[in-house]
Amino acid sequence: MIDSLVIPLLKIVIVLNATLVAVTYMVLLERKVIAWVQSRLGPMRVGPYGVLQPIADAVKLMIKEDITPVRADRWVFTAAPIISMVPALIVYAVIPFGPEVSLFGRKVSLYITDINVGLLYIVSVTSVGVYGIILAGYASNSKYPLLASLRASAQLISYEVAVTLTLVSVILMAGSLSMVSIVNAQYNAHVWFGFIQPIAFVVFFIGGLAETNRAPFDLPEAEQELTGGFHTEYSGMRFALFFLAEYANMIVVSSVATTLFLGGWLPPFPNTAALQFLYFIPSWTWFLIKSFVFLYIFIWVRATLPRYRYDQLMRLGWKVLIPLAIVNLVVTAIVKVMM
Amino acid sequence: MQTQIHHGVMFDTNELVLNMGPQHPSTHGVLRVVLRLDGEKVVDADVVIGYLHRGIEKLSENRNWTQIILLTDRMDYVAAATSNLGYCETVEKLMSLEVPRRARYVRTILCELQRIASHCLWLGTHAMDIGAMTVFLYAFRERELILDLFEEFCGARLTYNSMRIGGLPLDIPPGWDKKVLEFCKIMDSKVGEYEELLTHNRIWLERTRAIGVISGPEAVAIGLSGPTVRGSGVPRDVRKDEPYAAYDEMEFDVPIGVAGDTYDRYLVRVEEFRQSLRIIRQATEGLPEGPIVGKVPRLIKPPAGETYHAIESPKGELGYFIVSDGKSTNPYRFRVRPPSFCNLQGLRRLVRGHLVADVVALIGSIDIVLGEVDR
Repeated sequence: MIDSLVIPLLKIVIVLNATLVAVTYMVLLERKVIAWVQSRLGPMRVGPYGVLQPIADAVKLMIKEDITPVRADRWVFTAAPIISMVPALIVYAVIPFGPEVSLFGRKVSLYITDINVGLLYIVSVTSVGVYGIILAGYASNSKYPLLASLRASAQLISYEVAVTLTLVSVILMAGSLSMVSIVNAQYNAHVWFGFIQPIAFVVFFIGGLAETNRAPFDLPEAEQELTGGFHTEYSGMRFALFFLAEYANMIVVSSVATTLFLGGWLPPFPNTAALQFLYFIPSWTWFLIKSFVFLYIFIWVRATLPRYRYDQLMRLGWKVLIPLAIVNLVVTAIVKVMM
Repeated sequence: MQTQIHHGVMFDTNELVLNMGPQHPSTHGVLRVVLRLDGEKVVDADVVIGYLHRGIEKLSENRNWTQIILLTDRMDYVAAATSNLGYCETVEKLMSLEVPRRARYVRTILCELQRIASHCLWLGTHAMDIGAMTVFLYAFRERELILDLFEEFCGARLTYNSMRIGGLPLDIPPGWDKKVLEFCKIMDSKVGEYEELLTHNRIWLERTRAIGVISGPEAVAIGLSGPTVRGSGVPRDVRKDEPYAAYDEMEFDVPIGVAGDTYDRYLVRVEEFRQSLRIIRQATEGLPEGPIVGKVPRLIKPPAGETYHAIESPKGELGYFIVSDGKSTNPYRFRVRPPSFCNLQGLRRLVRGHLVADVVALIGSIDIVLGEVDR
């Protein structure tokens, strides 16, 4: 009873809440980091150093008027932010934050579930998320969102393929689709897959930037061109859902990159006798540190780079990333067979 | 064309009419551009202006000659000092007034500071339009230093009213020239900082190279001026060709582009930062002693006649055409040739065939201020 019901439910509650808090504080972190890059202070007024800013933001968004344009498609308009948000949250079900640990004399695994097609689950669920953007653009019945949703679908097609191909080469290395097995494979290999698969790693990261609509690939919401893009017509909490979904997706991409390429909860060069002392740091801490590095890079890139243009983005996807990913996959397969 | 847009007629079932502005984050004020799109490709663009029209030209005919200086502030409000200078020099030309050398030097310093401030604003917003938001804040940080210098000189930070017919309203405060030189030192390194972020950035290159290419002769034919025409390789600079203020005593180069695209216009303006700093240094170090106002009659009443005088504002050739009837204390006719307005004529030609994302890059590239376009 406790093992089958109470513990999983507790884990779900903890992960869900931790995620939502992390997402809101991601927003603050982004504002702070970008401010420091730009020699500003960032939010300073709400709480010491602005630490309560996310709460103030949330309250503001909740009490704002929630407008539905008269000519919008009501149901789709309402459903779109939900379709965006839900996939971003349910992905966390298969992300392993740590191995099995004993807690109060009970064996507890630091992940909600370990399904044997974990990676496939992630790929499929995150693909659903972009429907939110496409539907939002369509349902708004407005020209800027329409252009944005066209961009979003083009972007999705270009980058989903490249990202999935890099995942396949990781699967070849690990011989499994389960997220926990992939981490264990890196334990047995004594090295993170990021070092064996550097091309896949880089392609995955660039593709990840594009899939989460982050700069320099934030075309669907390009403020300077499309006045906010797909969420032009949204306000209040529905806008907030899109906003949070974007940050939740960033965390998802960071977690997946950590798990696949940086050994998940493992310390550097795992299972090496000389580096045993690194195991003093709890496993989940390793995971969080690595994910944080990725998130920081996401923000750093946004603060530094200009935005790609629509056609250039497509060209980068189809002419550079996909061929690279295919070559990488073929080479991986050949090496795997030979060894 | 114009009337069809206002009646909301769809041109073709395949084309999308997109109304960009007057409330759009990247149209730099209240510019409205009606785009006809084929997918994301711009088939045609129609520029609609007039949202900031205040009738400054007509208004000037009912103000006395000194009061008009204040109105010129409100045309190109990001480069008010150059607008002041253009007007004051035109009236001085009309009255054949001699301006003391010190006043001419200080005017040169002010105008070049103003050019840097205006280019800072241009660089920041242009980069922001293309998505590089950090440059925006860096550029504004340095612009702030210039505004502080202006505040110390004349008390205002935006609309300076900093010149008078025949000279300057007041001498520079003590120690001001040292601060200007200090600023030059800071700015020198900061220009490199902007360039580091953009000039060799691959995305920046891809976004600006071969965008909005216009050949020299065509640019001249449309009437473009300033850095916009120099980017196309036309070495036209009023400061060199028809020197005014103290520019004939200054040593500086006029940077010109080769390709005539957005990237070359960017490079020209960035180089102008450096040339402006060079001029400011020369003028500040060689600042002569002497009076700051020439022999100006108590009642300014230019003799009957008309004159046209142009100066090089940060945006291009800023010309004033003034007619005086010789009897009243206000101009009979007051007409401005604003560089932003004339440069804006090129927008339609530039954006055709490009994508929506390039439209904002091109609006930024020709550097307009709507206060000057509409007047």
